[in-house]
Formats: sequence, structure tokens, C-alpha cells
Amino acid sequence: MLWLLFFLVTAIHAELCQPGAENAFKVRLSIRTALGDKAYAWDTNEEYLFKAMVAFSMRKVPNREATEISHVLLCNVTQRVSFWFVVTDPSKNHTLPAVEVQSAIRTNKNRINNAFFLNDQTLEFLKIPSTLAPPMDPSVPIWIIIFGVIFCIVIVAITLLILSGIWQRRRKNKEPSEVDDAEDKCENMITIENGIPSDPLDMKGGHINDAFMTEDERLTPL
Amino acid sequence: MEKARPLWANPLQFVFACISYAVGLGNVWRFPYLCQMYGGGSFLVPYIIMLIVEGMPLLYLELAVGQRMRQGSIGAWRTISPYLSGVGVASVVVSFFLSMYYNVINAWAFWYLFHSFQDPLPWSVCPLNGNHTGYDEECEKASSTQYFWYRKTLNISPSLQENGGVQWEPALCLLLAWLVVYLCILRGTESTGKVVYFTASLPYCVLIIYLVRGLTLHGATNGLMYMFTPKIEQLANPKAWINAATQIFFSLGLGFGSLIAFASYNEPSNNCQKHAIIVSLINSFTSIFASIVTFSIYGFKATFNYENCLKKVSLLLTNTFDLEDGFLTASNLEQVKGYLASAYPSKYSEMFPHIKNCSLESELDTAVQGTGLAFIVYTEAIKNMEVSQLWSVLYFFMLLMLGIGSMLGNTAAILTPLTDSKIISSHLPKEAISGLVCLVNCAIGMVFTMEAGNYWFDIFNDYAATLSLLLIVLVETIGVCYVYGLRRFESDLKAMTGRAVSWYWKVMWAGVSPLLIVSLFVFYLSDYILTGTLKYQAWDASQGQLVTKDYPAYALAVIGLLVASSTMCIPLAALGTFVRRCLKRGDAAPVA
Repeated sequence: MLWLLFFLVTAIHAELCQPGAENAFKVRLSIRTALGDKAYAWDTNEEYLFKAMVAFSMRKVPNREATEISHVLLCNVTQRVSFWFVVTDPSKNHTLPAVEVQSAIRTNKNRINNAFFLNDQTLEFLKIPSTLAPPMDPSVPIWIIIFGVIFCIVIVAITLLILSGIWQRRRKNKEPSEVDDAEDKCENMITIENGIPSDPLDMKGGHINDAFMTEDERLTPL
Repeated sequence: MEKARPLWANPLQFVFACISYAVGLGNVWRFPYLCQMYGGGSFLVPYIIMLIVEGMPLLYLELAVGQRMRQGSIGAWRTISPYLSGVGVASVVVSFFLSMYYNVINAWAFWYLFHSFQDPLPWSVCPLNGNHTGYDEECEKASSTQYFWYRKTLNISPSLQENGGVQWEPALCLLLAWLVVYLCILRGTESTGKVVYFTASLPYCVLIIYLVRGLTLHGATNGLMYMFTPKIEQLANPKAWINAATQIFFSLGLGFGSLIAFASYNEPSNNCQKHAIIVSLINSFTSIFASIVTFSIYGFKATFNYENCLKKVSLLLTNTFDLEDGFLTASNLEQVKGYLASAYPSKYSEMFPHIKNCSLESELDTAVQGTGLAFIVYTEAIKNMEVSQLWSVLYFFMLLMLGIGSMLGNTAAILTPLTDSKIISSHLPKEAISGLVCLVNCAIGMVFTMEAGNYWFDIFNDYAATLSLLLIVLVETIGVCYVYGLRRFESDLKAMTGRAVSWYWKVMWAGVSPLLIVSLFVFYLSDYILTGTLKYQAWDASQGQLVTKDYPAYALAVIGLLVASSTMCIPLAALGTFVRRCLKRGDAAPVA
């Protein structure tokens, strides 16, 4: 009698969870792609965790807080690893509508991914598109900041060059009036060569040439 | 008393200025393409022959003319013969067109440079669509780098007719690019001479860094071997020789008047023969060097895409047949495919159309040139490297240096005749003339920042300079050799530099080079005529690829105007001088 009941229950379960059944979803995991050497084997314990995560997601839906792990049915587990699952209601006769399951999984996809160390590409729920994370959008785009910095530097450099050009030209305009004064000073200028001041030749007649020592000083005194 | 002509502070500045001008974007994005299309390693044979036969003689001629006449292009050609003053005017007009559109490339380089400081790089990921369930449609159909180029940078319209408005982001970058150019040419040779130290040498630093990085990338040797394996049969293809000649010609920047302008600031005793040989050799060496870097990057990109393709096929097979994850590898893929085809024939044939045939050769075969290579292919390779922000910044900085170096030459070609002319330089100081030229160019350049701007850019790029330059240089060579007199020019050079001109140069100037240019000219003309209506590539957002369209009538009119406005200067100026001489003779006669 008990065996008959058991077969009946598994038969009903088998009907509820089938590839392509109503309200059933296919799940595909790529553990080796995601984790490489650290990949774990997919066994019944991992399946239990999966059922727990699905039940957890369903419990967050209003009116479905009573969902238990035993309400989640898995079937057709392949080597891939892929399988189908359905979520039944407490009576275990009907499956919950696909729309509810879909929205529950979508809301908690991140938690489910983290539980298995996977991401949206390696843990796929076919027919449940995941919400992609929007890229970080800073309030001021970075490129404008850098553009502004370089723009200001270039404007300052141009202004400096133009101003120094105008200043140089004004200085050159003043120079012709100074050139005449300089010519008078030329004769009185002492040219310095090798640090020794030497006077120009046409200065004074009969100039003592300091390079030649006097007779007295050349010979050291006895 | 006449103001002394500004000079380069030392001959090294002159050489660097010529190198900075000649080594430009064409060395990086046109030569590797030609090398790939026309036989890999064997393309070097026509290239070097054309360098010796055409490049060096014409470069030496232009430098010698500039150094001898000590004036910009208009004054120099007027001195050679009053009937040839149109050549100088044509040079200035062509340089004006070139500077209008060339600086837009610098603006794009700035745009990409500023965007390289983000993590992740904006062209490495597709943006999300409206409800965040997937990626943007256009981006999915094309690739993320193409999307960033066509949609985010250009915001391109589907055809030339739809103008769109001026996009403020590229317009800002163009403004910045012109400000930077103005900063460099503000003080004439004084400022240009110092800037060219950087613009000539920094690109080589970056190229060396990229060479080392490129050669150590996974799959680089695939690219190098594929590209450099010589295909000897291409030597018999006349197009290879024609393209080699064209590449040498345009790569050295002959005919724009920039080389004449640079040489006019030289000491008369400068040994311009030595400098001509050095500059042309360095230019060609840089092309070959850049193509080694480009091919190793190609190899990396092709290998990466090939391995990605294999991964996708493996994933498809794994998912369809529920095989164990990680079972399929690159080595056993074919075996397993065969097994599956025999074991599950119906299922296999169902999904067979979705399997792409992954081939390394077809990935390597994609030959790209121009802006497509620089902004799409290279960025695609860079986004897959580690520390991609650093490589991206280095690369676009190098592009900027190359572009600004060429812009300095272009603007020198326009400014030197203007500052030489007594009328203009007596009223306005040098800074104001430069500022006006930059302002006018920037204002017209805003056309290229509109949504259809890239199509106008292609028009200018393809037609503004090509035919006109060939004609200008042909008239230059014939003018110097036959109108001025080769013997007279030779004795001028001997008196100026103290060295005799070798027979080789004389033979090239008088005979070989003009013949070469005439044949190039004939080839181009016949090519244009045979092609019939001119077509252009337009970006189709719905398909995510380029489609070919016909130019509308007014675009063809603009093309004709571009070519005519520069080439017509030569006969018109000659006619004008002739008429003026006749009138003068008519006035003189009654007096006698």
C-alpha cells in the first residue's frame, strides 16, 4: 500500500517536473568554465542548496511565504550540468505560475549567483533574462575633466607667449633711443679680458703697461 | 634696413622639423595596409626602388629650391619664373585644404585620449539597452569598438545628405586641437623649432615600447609570419609599383610647400643634400618599423578572435548536446564534431547553420587602412591587453604627436608666404596672422564635426590633394629643369653650398622623375574616368556595417571644385602674368 502511494507521489512529481512542462525552467551551470581548477562537483548536496535558494526566492514573494524546500522539484540532471525545475504549491498538485517564479528569480539572481560562486554567464536560467548591471555613470564624465585641465593649460601658455611677445616688441621700440647714448659711452668703457682690466689703446698717451715689470722688481733682492 | 629672416637655431631643428612633418599618420595607417595587400615582404622591393628613384631626388629638389630662394612657396616660384607663381599659389591652396581636414584627426585622437582614463575602457563594453535586459542593438550587430567610433565619437548619419547638427563634443576637441597648433606656431621658427624636438622623437619612443609589447603578445608571430612572407608574384602586378610610387610621393609631403618653407629658414650654406637623404631614409624606415608593430598587433587580435570563435562554437555544441562542461577543447573539437554529426544527425543538422567556421587566415586577411585601422582595429587589440588604459594613452598620445607634427608643416606652408608678403606683414604682427589662419580653419573645420562630417572628411581626404599634388610637383620639376635651367640651378647650388651636384640628381630631375609623375597622373585620371560615378561607404546603423552609396550631385560638384581650385591656379597665374607683360609692353611702346 505504502509502495503504491510512493509510486503515485513520484509519478505525480514526475509529471509536474518534465523537460518542457508547463511552468518548468531549464537551468544550465558552467562550473568548470567559471572556477577552473577550483571547480566543485555537482552532487545532491549542491542540488539541495539550489532548491533552498529557489525556495528562499519564492518566500520573498507576497502570498508565497510558506514555500518549503520540498516544494522545489528537480529533474533530468545531465552531465553538462543542466536540469529542469518547477516550484509546486503547498498541496503539491499544481505548479506555481511561471511569471511569479521568473520575477522572484530575477530579483534574487545576485544572491543565487554568489551562493554558487558563479555569475550571469555561467549560471543561466533559460527563459529568465537577467537584469544586467548598468555601468557606473559619474555625474561629470571623466573626459570633460581632463579636457578642461588641458584646455586651461593651453590657454594660459598662449596668453603668456603673446604677452611676452608684445613686451619684447615694446622693449625693442625703446632701444633706438638708447643706442646713441651707448656710442658715447663706448670710449669710456673698460673692456674686461680674462678678468684683467685692460684699457683700450687710444685712451691716454704714454700708458704704463703693467704686464712688464720694472727692472728693480724683476731681480729678487739679495 | 631689412629685418633679418628668422633662422633655425641649429641644423638639427631643421632635420627634426622635416622628419616631424614627413613622418605622419600615413606611415602608421597606410603603409601596413599596402604591405599586406601587395605581397608582404616583397612590397619592400618596389618601395625602396621608388624611394631611390623618386623620393630622394624630389625631396632634394624642394629643399634646394627653398634654401636657395629663401622665401615661401609663392615668392620662391615667382623668383624662378614669374609665369610659375601659380605653382606657389596652388601649393598654398592645397595646404589650406589639408590643414582644414587634417586637424579633425587630431581632434579624434584627443577624444580617444581623454576617454582612455576610464576603467573599463568605454569601447570595450557595449552599453545596455532600454530595459537593461541586454545590450544595445546596434552594438550587438557591429562590435563595441565600431559602435564607439561610429555612434559615440562621430554620431554618424546614414548618408551624406542628412547633415545633422554640429556635435559639441568633437567640436570642443577640434577647438582644443587648433589651440594646441596655434600654441606651437605662435612664434614662428622660434617656437616651432623647440616643439619639433618632441613631435619628432616621442613617437619613436612609443613605437619602441609598442614593439617590445607587441612582439611579446600571444599570437603576434602569427601576424608577422603571415604578413611578411613574400608573395613574389605580386611584383608583376603593376598596381604594386604604382602604389609604392604613390605612397613614397605622399608620405614625404612633396608639393605642399611645407618643405620649401622649412628650407627657407636655413643658412644658405646648409648641406641640404645630406639632409634630404637622411629625412627620406628615416621616413621609410619608420614606415617599415610601424608596420612590424602593426602586424604583431594584427596577429594578436586575429589569434584572440579566432580563439574566441572556437570557444563560442564549443559552447554551442556543449549546450545543444548537454556535453560535460570543459570537455571540448580546441584540439578535440573537430573529432567531437565528426562524432556528433554521425551519432545525432538530425540534431546536428538543425544547429549546423549556427556554427561559424573559425579560421585564423580569414581573421588575418581583414585588411584595413585609414581611420578604421587607427580607431577601430587598434582599439580592439588594445582593449584585450592587460593594463589597457596605459597602452591606450600611449597609443593616442603617439597619434597626436604624429598628427601635430604634420600640422606644423602644413601651417608653415600657409604662413610663410603670408609673412613673407610685405603687404600683410606690415599691417599685422606674426601672432595675429597665425591666429587668423587658425581661426578660419577651425571655423570651416566645424563642418567635419556634424553628423555627416565623416563623409565630407572622406571626400577631402581622397580628392583634395591627390591629383593636384601630382600636377604641382610635375610643374615644379619641369619648371626648375627647363624654365629656370638645370645648369643655372646647379651653379646656384654650387655657389650656395660649395658642393657640386652629382650627375645622378641631374638625371633624375630632368628625366626619370617627371616621367614617373606623368605615368602616375595618367593612371589616376584613367582610374577616375573608368570608375564612372564615385561612391562612398556609409554606415548603416540597422545592419551594423558599411554600405556603398553614390555621391549626390552637389558632393560631386564640391569634389570638382576642390580639384579645380588648386590646379587652375597654375594656368591662370601664368595667363595673368602674360597679360600683364603684354599690357606693360603696350604702355612702353608709345613712349619709345
